[in-house]
This record gives sequence, structure tokens and C-alpha cells, in this order.
Amino acid sequence: MKNLSVNIAGLHFKNPVTTASGTFGYGDEFLDFIDLSRLGGIFVKAVTGKNRDGNAYPRMAETSSGMLNSVGLQNKGIDHFCREIYPRIRHFDTHMIVNVSGSTVEEYIEVAERINELEMIPAIELNISCPNVKLGGMAFGTVPAMAAEVTSEVRKVYKKVLMVKLSPNVTSIGDLAKAVVDGGADVITLINTLLGMAIDAERRRPVLSTITGGLSGPAIKPIALRMVWQTHKAVRVPIIGLGGIMNATDAIEFILAGASAIQVGTANFIDPSVSVKIVDGIEAYLDRHKINNVSDLVGALRTE
Amino acid sequence: MTFQKVVQVLTVVNNFRLNSRHFIIDLHAPSPLPNILPGQFAQVLVDDSPSTFLRRPFSIHSVDFGNNTFRLLIQIKGEGTRHLSKLKPGDSLDAIYPLGNAFSLPLTKDVLLVGGGCGVAPLLFLSQFLNQNYVRPTILVGFRTKEEVSEIEAYEKYGNVLITTDDGTEGEKGLVVDHSIFQKERLPFKKIYCCGPDAMMKAVAKIARMHRIDCEVSLENTMACGFGVCLCCITPTDKGNERVCVEGPVFNESRLRW
Repeated sequence: MKNLSVNIAGLHFKNPVTTASGTFGYGDEFLDFIDLSRLGGIFVKAVTGKNRDGNAYPRMAETSSGMLNSVGLQNKGIDHFCREIYPRIRHFDTHMIVNVSGSTVEEYIEVAERINELEMIPAIELNISCPNVKLGGMAFGTVPAMAAEVTSEVRKVYKKVLMVKLSPNVTSIGDLAKAVVDGGADVITLINTLLGMAIDAERRRPVLSTITGGLSGPAIKPIALRMVWQTHKAVRVPIIGLGGIMNATDAIEFILAGASAIQVGTANFIDPSVSVKIVDGIEAYLDRHKINNVSDLVGALRTE
Repeated sequence: MTFQKVVQVLTVVNNFRLNSRHFIIDLHAPSPLPNILPGQFAQVLVDDSPSTFLRRPFSIHSVDFGNNTFRLLIQIKGEGTRHLSKLKPGDSLDAIYPLGNAFSLPLTKDVLLVGGGCGVAPLLFLSQFLNQNYVRPTILVGFRTKEEVSEIEAYEKYGNVLITTDDGTEGEKGLVVDHSIFQKERLPFKKIYCCGPDAMMKAVAKIARMHRIDCEVSLENTMACGFGVCLCCITPTDKGNERVCVEGPVFNESRLRW
């Protein structure tokens, strides 16, 4: 029996496979497809202070080996989350982690404070990297000083594990990583989507209502791997890696690059049971390589 | 109403062209079919090609519960649908189904079905279902031209069929909303079900509103997942942005803000 468990900032995950915010709803949409208790964790859809309608349709464009989205953080706000959603998901036998977003520092603080009181939510993931909103989101995540400020302000009110999700739309990911660690982040998750664009040549129009959107899927995996590797070298906090993971081999690559755990994102749209298959595939990899603990692989890339 | 959704590898038992742009594909499930209702759809995985990365949603055209098969009617639009049109009996196809809500049962026997082009897809299954519930609908179907007029005998089993073609080569000339049935001062229907291009559905919904007839339409927004988590296929309704893949694809037109 292989040991798939990992310890991330004091939190025990039964395995390193989690699902990415915005690709897994609140978890219960997948009950027909998988046993949620087989996952290390679930990052639920972003929650903001107030209800957000999100962006206009069309919000999606298929691209080569990937897709663009411009959902724009559609959600019903923190009150609705605490009242309607939390009671529905609190009993799931896996770490339920809430992605927190806002337009202002105050909004991030408000949401974080409320979630701090929810007993069965052991961590939050600060979303300072959404490319699809005019205010907040990525605006906080591309300037180190602002990233540090929002992190440290939330740190003051949030007592559990604080994760910060970084944007790849920066020149130096290491500088951002250092800034949020200085601000008090316990864990870094990366990468969010890359800012991209799709054009309908026949109609001479953008495909998305917002013109630009966030690129995800296997098309971005090499960039994500590079950024996980650079972040692993830049800071000492645990990293949760994501970006185009489609199978267990992809997941192992992220772990070798320095991720203690991974998130499965866009792949959930194509195969809603892929996350559990990745758990099984990681176990098979450990068997094949005669490795007892998956944690022995974290950052174990041979570069000499 | 909730349905057990399944991800299954299905076997192609039939694949044939109706005309140059449309084809029919029959799929056999490895286990008894889950409950499926008219209006629901399947998300089909095309292949492993980088350019057909996401699944494609298709309305379920008809169901044969006895033989564990269901049928899709597909229009060739791009690389993905072209690839599907070339599948041979015995080939396998990965699908998630049944997805979405369904047309509601009418509280009247005076029912009109309106379909345009590939939008006729869910209406065959719906007319079959209406017959089982002792309703024999009027079925108005619009095509571009005579060459594309197809499956009329199948529809005639379940209702009284009316045809329009854009060029007048069969049935009445013009779009479905130009059909003489709509010229009457009082329409003999109390319920309309409609599926087709947005412009057609909006035009039919307008007529329905004018005559105070209850009308359901089936939308086909682009989507990534098909089961409610990507939030890409939304449409504005009286309750804000709702998901076409979960709260739809069937909406009462009175709720839409399109």
C-alpha cells in the first residue's frame, strides 16, 4: 500500500489530487460521476461579497488543446454561500476549500472573515488572478506590492490555512510569490488562466463578449510547469500546481517540479471522473517506480 | 426532477446521411439506458484531436429503450461533426447523458411543434412522447430546400406534418413563421414547443405571445462541460443568468430576457 497523503501547511490531505475552482462547481454536481471522498480536496467556485451576474454570453471559445473563458466570477455572494451552499457541502469527506475574490481589499476581508467562521472549511484560496473582471481579480495579482497588501490584510482576519492563487500574466512569478509569502500566505497555488483572445474571422468579431478571456487546458501546461518550478526555487511555502493537467503523468510532472499537490481543472469538463483516475494513476506510478510516499517526489526533478 | 447522468462508451450501430449536411447516428449503450426525456441532450467526445478538445452537445433525436439505443441527428458544421459523420458501425463513442431538463407535458391536446433545420432534432422524440400521452400534435418543420426535407414519414406517425422550405421547392415557401397556419386570426393551439436557430425561436415566441399561447423553446448555447459547472452557456432569464445545460436547454419563452 502506497502512501499518497501529503501535508500542506499542517493540513493533512489524503492524496495530492484536488479540483480547481470554477471547474467543479460546489462538488455536488459530480455526485453522479465520482465518490468525492476519494479526492484530496475540492476548491469550490469563487465567492465574492455580493451577488455577481458575471459577463455576457458568449463566455467560451474552444481553442487548440484548450479553451478560453470569460465567466467573470458569477456567484450569488457570501450570504448565499453561508446560508444555502455551505450546509449542502459541509459533510463531504474531503477538504472543501473556498476560493475568495473581490473588487476591493475590503471585499476580500469581508468574505474571508465570514468563511473563517465556517467550521468545515479548513482553508481559503485568495483569487488575486482572475483575468475576467474589470476591478480586483488579476489587478491585485500582477503588482507585487498590491498582492502583498491584500494578502496581509486578509491574514489579519483569517486564522486558518491561507492559500493565494497567482496569475501567470506577470514578468517574474518569483517576485509575486515572495510578495504574497511576505504578506502571510501559507500556500501558493498556481497558475490561473493566461490572458488570451479568439477572433471569428468570418464575422470579423471577437468570439467572447469581453473580447479577451482566460486560456486553460493542456495548451498552457508547459508554462504552468515552468512557473511551478520557478516558484519552488523562489519560496519555501508549499505549492499547489495546476494548468492543463489531463492525466496522472501530468500530475506527476507538476509534483516533480515542486508542487505538493495539484488541481485538476479544465479536464473535469471533458471527463467528470478524471480526478479519481488521476489518484489511481499516481498510485500506479508509485508502484512502478517502487516509491513508498508521494511526498518523496515533491520537487524531486533531477537537473544535474 | 433529477436524472442519473452517466459517462459511457457507446457503440455505433448505424451512421447514415440524410442529405449533404445532416446525418443520423444510432448508439447502443452497454447497460440499460437511464431514464431520458425529450429535450435532453448528450455531450459527445469527438476524438483526441487538439482542435476538437471539448465535447459536442447534441439533442437526443429518439430513444429505443427496448434495444438500449438512442439516436442523434447532427448537422455537419466543422471538424468535430465531420469526424462523427465518418464513424462506422462497431466504432465506439464516449458520451455523457442524459443532460439538461426536458419539455414539460402539455395540459392541452392542442399542441404545435415548430422546428427549423437541425432544430428538429428533439422534436421527433417529443412527438413520440406526446403520442404516448394521447396527444397528436401539429408538427411544422422548416428546411432550406427540398433536398434537405427528411424523416417526414417518421413525423407523420405522430402528428399532422406541415413543411416550409426557404426556396419553395417543397411545402410552403419561406421560413416557418411565414407558414399560412400563422396567418389565421385565432390560432388553434394552446401550447407551442419550438427548437431551431435563435432568430426563428424569437419569431415564434413573438407570435405565441401575441396569441397568448404558452411556448417553450430549446436553446443551444455553446458550452464546455454540459453539467453545470463551467457557467459558460448562460442565458439571461427572470432569475438572472441561468445555465442552458442545467436549468435549460428548455425554457418557457416568457422567462427569457434574450
